[in-house]
Amino acid sequence: MSARDEVLARVRRAKVSGSGSGAAAPVPREYRAAGTRGPGDLELFAERLRDYRAEVRVVDADEVPTAVAAALRERGARHIVTAPGIPPEWTAGWAAEQARAASAAERAAAEQVAAAAAEQAAPQVGEQVAAAAHEQAARGAERAAARSGTAELSDPIGRIESRVPLGGDAREALREMLEAADAVVTGCHVAVAETGTIVLDHDAADQGPRALTLVPDYHLVVVRAGQVVAGVPDAVAALAGVRTQTWISGPSATSDIELERVEGVHGPRTLEVVIVRDTQ
Amino acid sequence: MTTFLGMPAGGGNLTGEPFPQAAREALGNAQLRRNLAKATGTIRAKRANVVGELPDWAQLRAAGAAIKDDVLANLDEYLLRFEEALTSRGTHVHWARDAEEANRIVTDLVRATGTREVIKVKSMATVEIGLNEALADIGVHAVETDLAELIVQLGKDKSSHILVPAIHRNRSEIRDIFRREMPGVDPGLTDDPRALAEAARRHLRHKFMTVDVAISGANFGVAETGSLVVVESEGNGRMCLTLPRTLISVVGIEKLVPRWQDLEVFLQLLPRSSTGERMNPYTSVWTGPTEGQTSHVVLVDNGRTATLADPDGRAALRCIRCSACLNSCPVYERTGGHAYGSTYPGPIGAVLSPQLTGVDRNPTLPFASSLCGVCYDVCPVAIDIPSMLVHLRERVVSAKRATPESTAMRALAWAMSDARRWRRLVRLGKFGRLASRHVPLPGWSTARDLPQPPKETFRDWWESSR
Amino acid sequence: MRVALFVTCLVDGLFPDVGKATVRLLERLGHEVVVPPAQTCCGQMHINTGYPGQALPVIRNHVEAFEHADVIVAPSGSCAGSVRHQHADVARKHGDAKLAEAAADTAKRTYELSEFLVDVLGVTDVGAYFPHRVTYHPTCHSLRVLKVGDRPLRLLRAVEGIDLVELPAADTCCGFGGTFALKNSDTSTAMLGDKMSAVLSTKAGVLTAGDSSCLMHIGGGLSRLRSGVRPLHLAQILEHTR
Repeated sequence: MSARDEVLARVRRAKVSGSGSGAAAPVPREYRAAGTRGPGDLELFAERLRDYRAEVRVVDADEVPTAVAAALRERGARHIVTAPGIPPEWTAGWAAEQARAASAAERAAAEQVAAAAAEQAAPQVGEQVAAAAHEQAARGAERAAARSGTAELSDPIGRIESRVPLGGDAREALREMLEAADAVVTGCHVAVAETGTIVLDHDAADQGPRALTLVPDYHLVVVRAGQVVAGVPDAVAALAGVRTQTWISGPSATSDIELERVEGVHGPRTLEVVIVRDTQ
Repeated sequence: MTTFLGMPAGGGNLTGEPFPQAAREALGNAQLRRNLAKATGTIRAKRANVVGELPDWAQLRAAGAAIKDDVLANLDEYLLRFEEALTSRGTHVHWARDAEEANRIVTDLVRATGTREVIKVKSMATVEIGLNEALADIGVHAVETDLAELIVQLGKDKSSHILVPAIHRNRSEIRDIFRREMPGVDPGLTDDPRALAEAARRHLRHKFMTVDVAISGANFGVAETGSLVVVESEGNGRMCLTLPRTLISVVGIEKLVPRWQDLEVFLQLLPRSSTGERMNPYTSVWTGPTEGQTSHVVLVDNGRTATLADPDGRAALRCIRCSACLNSCPVYERTGGHAYGSTYPGPIGAVLSPQLTGVDRNPTLPFASSLCGVCYDVCPVAIDIPSMLVHLRERVVSAKRATPESTAMRALAWAMSDARRWRRLVRLGKFGRLASRHVPLPGWSTARDLPQPPKETFRDWWESSR
Repeated sequence: MRVALFVTCLVDGLFPDVGKATVRLLERLGHEVVVPPAQTCCGQMHINTGYPGQALPVIRNHVEAFEHADVIVAPSGSCAGSVRHQHADVARKHGDAKLAEAAADTAKRTYELSEFLVDVLGVTDVGAYFPHRVTYHPTCHSLRVLKVGDRPLRLLRAVEGIDLVELPAADTCCGFGGTFALKNSDTSTAMLGDKMSAVLSTKAGVLTAGDSSCLMHIGGGLSRLRSGVRPLHLAQILEHTR
């Protein structure tokens, strides 16, 4: 008998010996269910994020480019990566600042790149598949190599396609690119006010593949008010059918030494969240 | 064979020396006891805080227990559904009757990749089956990437806690282990937890970026969708799940939940009970192979069906490995986890380990509790551990022939079932007045005086005064 | 009210003063106390040590002894807990459905002393006077099996002249646990040591609790240390008057 058949046979035998086999009581779901608590409270969400020592900025919609630029400037980010589908205006402010800061000759080149980047981010993402990713990753590797020298980066923004094939040189190049990045900027699928949690859908173009938000040491997430739900059941409901998810609650942390919390182990050591108020 | 109904027992790292002896040794280690008291005290307070925050904790707990009971009552159907969901998405599913078979499956898969090294996400199931040892036998080094597991591995030590395997070590002991065992570590490394975490980050960074095979467990498997869930804090899990080309997940058959929706319960119960946080830093969910990975799932029995067969013991399989019972247990707090001799220590270990192995291979664990009941109070899936311990004590006793203890118990029960017989025996307490002064009661009299029996019993007083 | 006292085997044989105090307290409050003569023990030691089959006749004896009692009061959270939460289950598991039913009925009529005073009689001030520094250990079975909560403390707070001091880590087990204290004597002693440190840190002269078993354990340790701290059952404090 195969292991599969034998284990299943044992389970069936065990069920017969147990009382009430096959007839467990119905699950009482008397806890606060999805959809019963209204939208998530932004202030509570911000407070819970700060409890994890995440950085938080709460802004109006038209302030996002300024807020992102300020966050990246304060962070001292030089080379960022973003998910391909984020609205281009999120990073436009920062790109412009970089451009202004560059020398006159470099400035012209950088502005051109920023504009191109904004254009590229239009929703043609689904079409870009393996070939584009290979190319991007290879460019990332070049940039990484360039960065190890003294040269200024001409293109400060790398965009990582959401379906990056692993394996082979592309993956190595991707890793190098991510390792060379100072910061990563993404959106999210849903966020939970009560627990200060942000959830990424890795098949979504504005959130990117898993490695994107894992390797760089600083993760900046833009969360729109409408994405913030009250509790965990609301988030689970919103995530039904989402294949690959990462739930993020604050920066990487450990309590393995005397159960004392230390922020920052393997994941990004700094999490920054820009919460966008609903201005309507 | 004393597993229930002759169900095959589990093997692997589930037994040790008898608890009383092992405990005695541990109790003599003042450093260990200080470390444990400090750590468990901290986590108890954190847990109480965040559990107290939720107005519907009792309802979540009831739902969690009921969901797991549903899984156990219909396990064959959910396993088949889970397998179907996994294979339809391209994940390879393997089944293992016991530890040995699970190890064989994993080592074969690893061997086929040609790697000499694998990176590991913290997983109790792989510790239970002794996977690292099995990999070492084929010349493959398993790199533990969870900080506490790394401390245990570098210290050539054993895990003593489900969640924080190195809970028995304090910061300066950890610094010493790192200085001694971590290649290329700064010899001036301090015992600041931040510095220690940073040292681990540097040490493991290269492994994450280069090792191509990862081994994980899973906190939950969703039968409906084939999704696997890993709940963690450091990000080492994300690294292992994301970057390598091959991912092998070793999952106990009881880890299922029926529906995606059920996670709304467990993702509230687990982090608050476990690390005392509103939510753990990272939870990864993946459904089928992701981003070009090859994905394997190994479903392991190893004594779980034997546990399932006992209607009074099966609720131990509800356990979601939060470790709240360990952190709250006055016995665990003093002896630490090694005394239990099993991968699963503490109150849950005392009911789970004997059921996985059969009580004959773990006859002392069901007695390693004062039955104070705090474990039941804090359990997020309402496992009545005290009642289960009592039930397993009966199984231990009935597996043995007559002993001096059983003979004495029988005589006492005979006397107690009749008031006249009993009163005659109690009156012998007058002789006891003499005896108790001079005859020590083994165990008791090492640290406690015996009460001096009274001149007359209550009943004699009652009858003479009325 | 006519109260049937379930005195418990430990109080009968080793701590008769606790039984006497319970009788005097209940009588002072105007109730009639009877002591059903057929009673012996609840059988908890057998159940908890792995001999529930042997406990069956003991349970049957208990159920029969209290068959006609309207209300049963025990000066013990642990013994009342066994009657209420174990007897019927043990009978059922051993195939005696009739006994299980009778045991469930006995359970409904059984109270631990502080529960009886506060919930049934509705008193917290029993008119006691006890001018001493006292600390209270809430025993595990009172706390977590019966869930008596702060009832004993409410009774103690109402005692005239008492200097009631909080016991640090009060709800941690003292390490008694019946045969646990013998089978795992080292671990039990380690737990006892911490409990004694907590008691001594309060500078109380009297340690009280609702269970003579735990008091025997902690008191036995405190006596070995020649600490001078007196273990007294809750009933003995509540019975005390000017």
